[in-house]
Amino acid sequence: MTEPHSDNLGSFPSRAAPSYGQGSSANLADILERVLDKGIVIAGDIQINLLDIELLTIKLRLLVASVDKAKEMGIDWWEHDPSLSSRADSRPSLSEENRRLREEIAALRGTRSLDRAEPVDDVPRGAARGEVAREDVVAGEVTEGRRRRAPTRSGTPRRRTAEDGTARRRPPEDDR
Amino acid sequence: MTGSVSYVYGVAGPSPALDDAVRGLRGVDGAPVRVVAAGDVAAVVSDVPAADFEERPLAAHLEDLDWLEAVARAHHGVIDAVAARVTVLPLRLATIYRDDQGVRAVLTAGGAAFRSRLARLAGHVEWGVKLYAEPAAAPDGPPGGSGESSRLSPGRAYLRSRSRERTARDEAHRAAADAVRRVHEAASAHAVEHVRHRVQQGPLVRGTSENVSNDAYLVPSGRSDAFLSAVREAAGAGTPVRAEITGPWAPYSFAAGAPGAEDRADGADGENRADGAREEAAPG
Repeated sequence: MTEPHSDNLGSFPSRAAPSYGQGSSANLADILERVLDKGIVIAGDIQINLLDIELLTIKLRLLVASVDKAKEMGIDWWEHDPSLSSRADSRPSLSEENRRLREEIAALRGTRSLDRAEPVDDVPRGAARGEVAREDVVAGEVTEGRRRRAPTRSGTPRRRTAEDGTARRRPPEDDR
Repeated sequence: MTGSVSYVYGVAGPSPALDDAVRGLRGVDGAPVRVVAAGDVAAVVSDVPAADFEERPLAAHLEDLDWLEAVARAHHGVIDAVAARVTVLPLRLATIYRDDQGVRAVLTAGGAAFRSRLARLAGHVEWGVKLYAEPAAAPDGPPGGSGESSRLSPGRAYLRSRSRERTARDEAHRAAADAVRRVHEAASAHAVEHVRHRVQQGPLVRGTSENVSNDAYLVPSGRSDAFLSAVREAAGAGTPVRAEITGPWAPYSFAAGAPGAEDRADGADGENRADGAREEAAPG
């Protein structure tokens, strides 16, 4: 049983702090959970758009789960979110992505009909990409979206859109 | 003061102890913390640069985790130091007014609500209790390779081992859920309110154990020791969970209103409010 409060001599030199000792040693996740998600909400003169706050809170829930690792995992929403950042617009357009997906489906259909004719031996590319998807999932259980997205074949690095912000991640590494 | 705006950390009753608490205290950006009073409520305030806290720069800053962490820790530092001396209602991060006039206006407008909540929270502290399922507690049934499974076809052996795994996992979950319930009961005996937070999960959770519950309890200061030993005992050796207790915190999780109150007690998660209401009725 570990109890962080046992090493909780905070940054406050006051001897008045024996009972309030969280100070600077408190876990960031615990602090963010409280200062962003709890506490009284009253309207200030300077308002953060309420929607932004909700968005931020949702994202921070992810972050609270993974502050240290978030960047490693590619959950770098604060850098790429179009709603938060002006430089996130370099992603390929949705229609471009759709076109690629359609091509891919067509290609897969072709492969499938071949497979039917001969014993499965050379597994179609789809399976290989499935592996990539699985790795992605292992790397961070945070996401649902990522799993769905990972098989997408992409020739160029892509930036994610806001809708799947939770799953944002670097593009699939492979693409031989 | 041009170029600066007023950042409000929390609300407390004005008192010499409050003045003492903020003396020499530094807040966001290292600015000195002061008290702005109106009637019989007071805000704990510091000046912050308008250049950082106007709408647009603020929105931009919130994207920056390092900035956010610095402000969050500074905010918490002030709340923590003040809470050591007096009862304080923590406000949500980045509650900002153009000047102290705006602060006074909100104190006046919200005076009654602040007072009643302060009265309710006086003499109480918040404790956080996170429970982690100990992976060791998962009974790991005899792995495959027994004589029996060698008689089975590979497919059946596989399915059997899968189902055994699943059963073991279910059992571990059920055991953990039971333990969570027992710890909660033990804790509730010494708490007057309770809020369930989302479990923390993901890579930040150190070690291999899974956070299965994340609760905050409002406990009368005088009963903290009893609360702590009750929780420790209920989550002690022989149970499938490990407790991580944090606190005492300023009453962050309970600042937003009494159970059943009309204000947005826990707008984000409605179950908390119901839970809190029930907790309050729990026998002591």
